Amino acid sequence: MNPNYNFAFLDEGSKKEIRRSILKAVAIPGYQVPFGSRELPIGRGWGTGGIQITLSLIGKNDTLKVIDQGSDDSVNAVSIKKFIVECTDVNTTTSTEKATLIQTRHRIPEKPLTRNQILIFQVPLPEPLRIVEPREEITKKMHAEMDYAPIWLQLYESLIKYHKITLSTEYPCMVEHRYIMNPSPIPKFDNDKLHEAPCLYLFGAGREKKIYAIPPYTKVQSLAFDDIPFEKESFKGKKCRLCQSESSYLDEIFDSKTGEKFYQCSDTSYCKERQNHVLE
Amino acid sequence: MAYVAVSGGQEAIEKSIELLNFFRSKTDKNLDLEAIEKKLNLLIDRVMSEAGFYTSTYAALALKQCEGSVEEAVFLLRAYRSTLNRNYYSLPVNTNKMRVIRRISAAFKDIQGGQILGATYDYTHRLMNFDLDKESSENIYQQMCIVLGQEKPLPVTPCERVSTQLKKEGLIDQHSENNEKPCDITKNILEFPCKRSARLQTLSRADTGFISGLAYSALRGFGQVHPTVGELRTGYVSLEIPYLFDDKEAIDLGEILISEVECFNETSEGHQLKIGVGYGAVFGRNENKAIAMAILDRELENKGANPPQNEEFVLTHGDSLEMNGFISHLKLPHYVTFQSKLDAIRKTRNPNSHESQL
Amino acid sequence: MYLNDPPILKVQNLTVRYGNGCPDCKTNLKKNRCQKCGAVWACNDICLEVYPGEILGIVGESGSGKSTLMKSLYFDLDITHGSAFLKEYKEGTRNIWEASQSHKRMIRNNIMGMVYQNPILGLRMEYSSAANIAEKMIAAGQRNAHAMTHRVVELLDAVEIMTSRMEEAPKNFSGGMQQRVQISKALANNPTLLLLDEVTTGLDLSVQAKVLDLIRKIKARFGISILLVSHDLAVIRMLADRTIVMLDGRIIESGLTDQILEDPQHYYTQQLVHSLI
Repeated sequence: MNPNYNFAFLDEGSKKEIRRSILKAVAIPGYQVPFGSRELPIGRGWGTGGIQITLSLIGKNDTLKVIDQGSDDSVNAVSIKKFIVECTDVNTTTSTEKATLIQTRHRIPEKPLTRNQILIFQVPLPEPLRIVEPREEITKKMHAEMDYAPIWLQLYESLIKYHKITLSTEYPCMVEHRYIMNPSPIPKFDNDKLHEAPCLYLFGAGREKKIYAIPPYTKVQSLAFDDIPFEKESFKGKKCRLCQSESSYLDEIFDSKTGEKFYQCSDTSYCKERQNHVLE
Repeated sequence: MAYVAVSGGQEAIEKSIELLNFFRSKTDKNLDLEAIEKKLNLLIDRVMSEAGFYTSTYAALALKQCEGSVEEAVFLLRAYRSTLNRNYYSLPVNTNKMRVIRRISAAFKDIQGGQILGATYDYTHRLMNFDLDKESSENIYQQMCIVLGQEKPLPVTPCERVSTQLKKEGLIDQHSENNEKPCDITKNILEFPCKRSARLQTLSRADTGFISGLAYSALRGFGQVHPTVGELRTGYVSLEIPYLFDDKEAIDLGEILISEVECFNETSEGHQLKIGVGYGAVFGRNENKAIAMAILDRELENKGANPPQNEEFVLTHGDSLEMNGFISHLKLPHYVTFQSKLDAIRKTRNPNSHESQL
Repeated sequence: MYLNDPPILKVQNLTVRYGNGCPDCKTNLKKNRCQKCGAVWACNDICLEVYPGEILGIVGESGSGKSTLMKSLYFDLDITHGSAFLKEYKEGTRNIWEASQSHKRMIRNNIMGMVYQNPILGLRMEYSSAANIAEKMIAAGQRNAHAMTHRVVELLDAVEIMTSRMEEAPKNFSGGMQQRVQISKALANNPTLLLLDEVTTGLDLSVQAKVLDLIRKIKARFGISILLVSHDLAVIRMLADRTIVMLDGRIIESGLTDQILEDPQHYYTQQLVHSLI
């Protein structure tokens, strides 16, 4: 651990302030709590929101997992993990099951989390209404007054134009029938995992300076018209070339030598475990 | 070496950092920290201003560490600043007492206290001096020491602001002192509409290019203002903190060099006109940035449809770290989200994939 | 006669004033402006009623206050003082101008429909006409896409726009067609009161005639009450059952349209009527 810095880099006062914001977020599921986001040695837009939440929660006995696009080996996941370990000396793991704190960018692990685990999301743009209204001053009022018609209108318009809902990632969800939230750029495939889960989900946007939360067993419903069921990405007829999984989210990859297209699990640790069980 | 689809991300980063060392060691000539700090003053000033951190020594170190990138240097300083305790808040700086090294007004031919041109590139002819490569730094340093040794420092005579006269005439509004505690934008999110202290702090720290461009657009018609620089003063001001045991006393911490601008433009008051003042203040000799700031301060007073008049637009998008961080984050893998988008696109094009939903 | 039924809208003492006003305003008004303090009394103590199934015409020149009246009713601007009661809102016992933000939104969505002179104010030009109409239904809480589309088809039919055009954005439509989209949007949630603010002004005469004819059909088909504002007495004459004449922020004459046309009392009304061909 780097002796020039406090445990977990941030000073204790900052950590307390961030934890207070987290508590407020947990008390109001889906509501974006503004917080005094600190500047870190890692770039704005590169996970500082998620990192601040992790740093303010992490303790000596935690086990940390960091993933990006579902992979533990992704360059930025490695870089973030390195930073956190340098200022905490905490144990790390690639196993979803063994981790107590998981920081993620753009995916929820395939393996369901338990009530002892916290999943911390890195969020670029926390505001779900930004696609229909650029001004923060107005979107704040819209949330206060539950004036959500414009975003439903956006969904309806895509049905008229394309005969399909074309909103893909960052698909808006209604939390406990009160706040519409942006689940971060996870694929629609992962949205259902937010609903009534036993674990705690925390969302940090460092650059935009907002924290929000989905506490355990919270109702989270992806916006859908009553007569048009919410549709996830489909991988019909495709499977992972390494573990043969047909039910996980797959990455489309072009072989660097042959250019041939193949599919592989995005969640690398899930894939490895499946492969190991197959071998056993 | 594939950089994410296969494991090896850790190694790739380590190699990448080694490669940076290549760029930092392309010659055996020294890049002395003191030389960076004392001879690249304007670059140092810009870095300090955008970092919101007055420290020429660390600014020099940061620039050396990152091959002279302003963006990276500002980042290093901000990250470092964020680990430091804030022990004191200084008393408001009285710029009337500035130890002026340059002071001009475009509004009047002459002003009380005089027009002091000072050191400026404004009137230099931008002709490349190819003899500079034969310059001996030791010689020019010795010569300067001799010159300074023969000079006698003048006593400081603070001069009244140009705007003070106009205030006496009633052309500029006088405001009573407002001692409300200023917002601290390093600790709180900006809320709109913004308090003026939040606005001024944000502008002072903003990326120089961004606010200069916006100010330029305002001058060319995307705004209401065609201002006159009422006063530009560059000089040293004292920082003081209140003495703990007797608040009638203060402890002097030292001086900082700042540039301060008041720009004037006509603005209406009922059936009459008056002078509206825009204010700019930045660290160092970043004159144009101070002028740009003053222009934007004025534009934001006059809300309107043009970008420089849109408070949220101007104040949200000028921070160097946020701007560069977010743009550069696009280099991160986005293949999961892209896959999701591909799925949505493909579904609209394939009539057989699913029933049309409507 | 329907006038015996309780009114669906009752406006009492509506005043909209720009500027603070002064004690001498009442006696120093030139047109609608106070000579002393410069305050503009855009609407000055307006009282009116709208009965079920009738078309109430409001005629006046620009500056008469008729548009201010409409905008006040639709909560597009804040009034100075006054009250208005809608039968459909709390049985007409609560002043709509004192309602909460969410109640005002509910009134705008469900009880009233508004058609502006300038379609840009009433339509999202970049969205399809179907989405424009659906917007009102969505705002009222409708969440069934097929049901909304079905209703969109019904409404477009009622305003005589071909269903095939529902995917197109109004920015590509002619002026008359844009007005018809606005009308269908205003009708989306079966409001009891339709506000039409100079809806045919600026349109070609033949197009005007079509739109006016459409309004008559709509009234017949839906039995809806309509507040019809125009500076053109000919338009009023064609459609309105009763008429109110406004001048400088006040109502100077009101009554059955035929009566006013045959026997105008006020000098200004007489001038208006005589200028009619």
